[in-house]
Amino acid sequence: MEKKIMLGNEAIARGAYEAGVKVSSAYPGTPSTEISENIVKYGEIYSEWAPNEKVAMEVAIGASISGVRAMASMKHVGVNVAADPLYTVSYIGVNGGLVLVAADDPGLYSSQNEQDTRCVARAAMVPVLEPSDSQEAKDFMKYAFELSEKYDTPVILRTTTRLAHSQGVVTLEDRVEIEDKTYERNPAKNVMMPGNAIKRHVYVEQRLNDMANDGADMPINRVEMGDTSIGFITSGIPYQYVKEVCPNASVLKLGMVHPLPRKMIEEFASKVDKLYIFEELEPVIEEQVKSWGIKAIGKEIFTVQGEYSANMLRKNLLGEALDVNEAANVPARPPILCPGCPHRSVYSVMNKLKIHAAGDIGCYTLGAVAPLSVVDTTVCMGASISTLHGMEKAKGKDYIKNWVAVIGDSTFMHTGVNSLMNMVYNKSTGTVVILDNSTTGMTGHQDHAATGKTLMGEPTNAIDIVALCKAMGINHINVVDAFDTEKLTQVLKEETQREELSVIITKAPCVLLKGNVFPNKCKPVSEKCKKCGLCLKPGCPALTKAEDGTIMIDETMCNGCGLCKQLCKFDAIETVQA
Amino acid sequence: MTTKNIMIVGVGGQGTLLTSRILGNIILQGGYDVKLSEVHGMAQRGGSVVTFVRYGENVAEPIVEAGQADVLIAFERLEALRYAHFLKKDGVLIVNDYRIDPITVVTGAATYPDNILEDLSKQYKVISINAMEEAKKLGNPKTFNVIVLGLAAKHMDFSEEEWLKVIENTVPPKTVEINKKAFKQGFEN
Repeated sequence: MEKKIMLGNEAIARGAYEAGVKVSSAYPGTPSTEISENIVKYGEIYSEWAPNEKVAMEVAIGASISGVRAMASMKHVGVNVAADPLYTVSYIGVNGGLVLVAADDPGLYSSQNEQDTRCVARAAMVPVLEPSDSQEAKDFMKYAFELSEKYDTPVILRTTTRLAHSQGVVTLEDRVEIEDKTYERNPAKNVMMPGNAIKRHVYVEQRLNDMANDGADMPINRVEMGDTSIGFITSGIPYQYVKEVCPNASVLKLGMVHPLPRKMIEEFASKVDKLYIFEELEPVIEEQVKSWGIKAIGKEIFTVQGEYSANMLRKNLLGEALDVNEAANVPARPPILCPGCPHRSVYSVMNKLKIHAAGDIGCYTLGAVAPLSVVDTTVCMGASISTLHGMEKAKGKDYIKNWVAVIGDSTFMHTGVNSLMNMVYNKSTGTVVILDNSTTGMTGHQDHAATGKTLMGEPTNAIDIVALCKAMGINHINVVDAFDTEKLTQVLKEETQREELSVIITKAPCVLLKGNVFPNKCKPVSEKCKKCGLCLKPGCPALTKAEDGTIMIDETMCNGCGLCKQLCKFDAIETVQA
Repeated sequence: MTTKNIMIVGVGGQGTLLTSRILGNIILQGGYDVKLSEVHGMAQRGGSVVTFVRYGENVAEPIVEAGQADVLIAFERLEALRYAHFLKKDGVLIVNDYRIDPITVVTGAATYPDNILEDLSKQYKVISINAMEEAKKLGNPKTFNVIVLGLAAKHMDFSEEEWLKVIENTVPPKTVEINKKAFKQGFEN
């Protein structure tokens, strides 16, 4: 059998393929994005980007009810958006198998919070599987569909950033074509009105009990008996740290982390002298195990914050002093907007006009940090528009005359559009700036409902954002080239003062977008440079100061956007052919 | 064999992912178990990025931790300094002698340290190369990372032929020749 080195997310996609999945819907979000980007390579699966996670979940539910194996994938905070259908499809159960892949982000590599999907799953009464490497990611995906159909339940496959973005060796197998289940009208199961739902709730409780009882026989839950003086209950990536540090210890490795196989845990606990529970983020396993009267050590010595590591285990468990050199004290290198990024141009104008921005989720969140320092708030997808509205309703229309909401095109299509409806309906006078770079930028350039292309590469209707705003009844809509700082200055001044709702769409493709060509490069004219530093203000990484104080531009980094040239009052920067 | 630990560090956009992909493929072909861990998403946007590569008979943990790296490949001087303590006491540091100012330095909030390579040489075995200059001479500055990889490859367990074959199968078809040339430049240096 062929062996391949695969990213965790790539292996999940392979698992879906081998499991005979027919429909996949998702919204991009680190660390889950590459699942759909790999699923699309399998022609047997219909795959799509949905405008948001709620829609993706519902698409998968529909496909499951119709009788095929279906899945949705998203990052942890996407599960919040999809929570409404998730909590109720738990009652409905499935026809064709239904799996939700949820990617948590311990350590916050690319997220706004550190929530634990297992907590959501417990509340929604949905079982959760957690793989420990790429091979298991593929295998568990297939097993998840079996469990889903056997127990009439949606199943969550929970991953973390470390699993999603680690590569490991995977043995490939063939796809098994699953025959479609027949669809039969069944309102008692599929129409969740109170009289039906109250009965299904009883089933859901029974289902969880059954799965907990059967857990000991599931091959994904296994005991590795070794030295009995020390035992671990662990799962996912933390299992690997246990194997690294205590290869001889006894381990109960849980592949299913909800519901817990109680009898198996009680038996394991009785065989070891000292029991540790080693789980990243919330004490989900620990609290349940302790509630059964089992003595164990967990969050007393292991943190609820951040990502775990083998060194952490060595230090906190064994008290080993680590013989390593001190880390050097070096300047931080935080992420920044790319050279030539259109957001930098828009923010440099806002910064000059002393405008505050209610921000949103995307690369443009980076407008919060120096030297741009424009973004004042970031909550979640779509929140920029609604938080600005809330400010106006709290403090009045004059209060927001130096405020705007900033939101990307993909985020606007995700949930921003609902918030804009609210502004129209409830008579807001605010200014919404849609930073339209024609893609979902931060997650690596995925198409969305306004780009004119599907995930599977087919041309489609591109939703016209201007027409959409007009249809809502917005009278003041300006479309401005993101690099036309003069026009943008004028429009921003007018629209923020105007006591009516307005939308400004700043347009320029993401600088990293495939097919984007840059005919020019910026070049300093040293003899004209007055060393004023004005061009450095937007913080373009291609620009640095030479020892004599004049400007240098790194030609390998510069994309020739010309923002620095526009800012220079002495013609000391010119654009030349690249 | 004991597990070998390699790290690739640099600035987002410098091509650490391509380099780690080549590395992963050659290790797999060598019949080893291997795990790689990379950074995607926001951190990639000009931030400090790190890739961990571990290979041996049976690899558990997917990351390399402080004091464990046999080889540290740094595409930029400041990043070499940032991660040097991940090296074993007898580890090798391969560093591209190149400077990219972080935003904290551009805005004047911090200063780019002087004499990084000299200072690191007092503690570690340091091999440096100005790969950007060499890559420009080859005609494509973007291949600097493969030149650095070529230099680092001398401290790993595979022959030049094996490397060139894997490069052929990993990089985009149009860039095979230039990347092979770049690798040789580093390996035969």
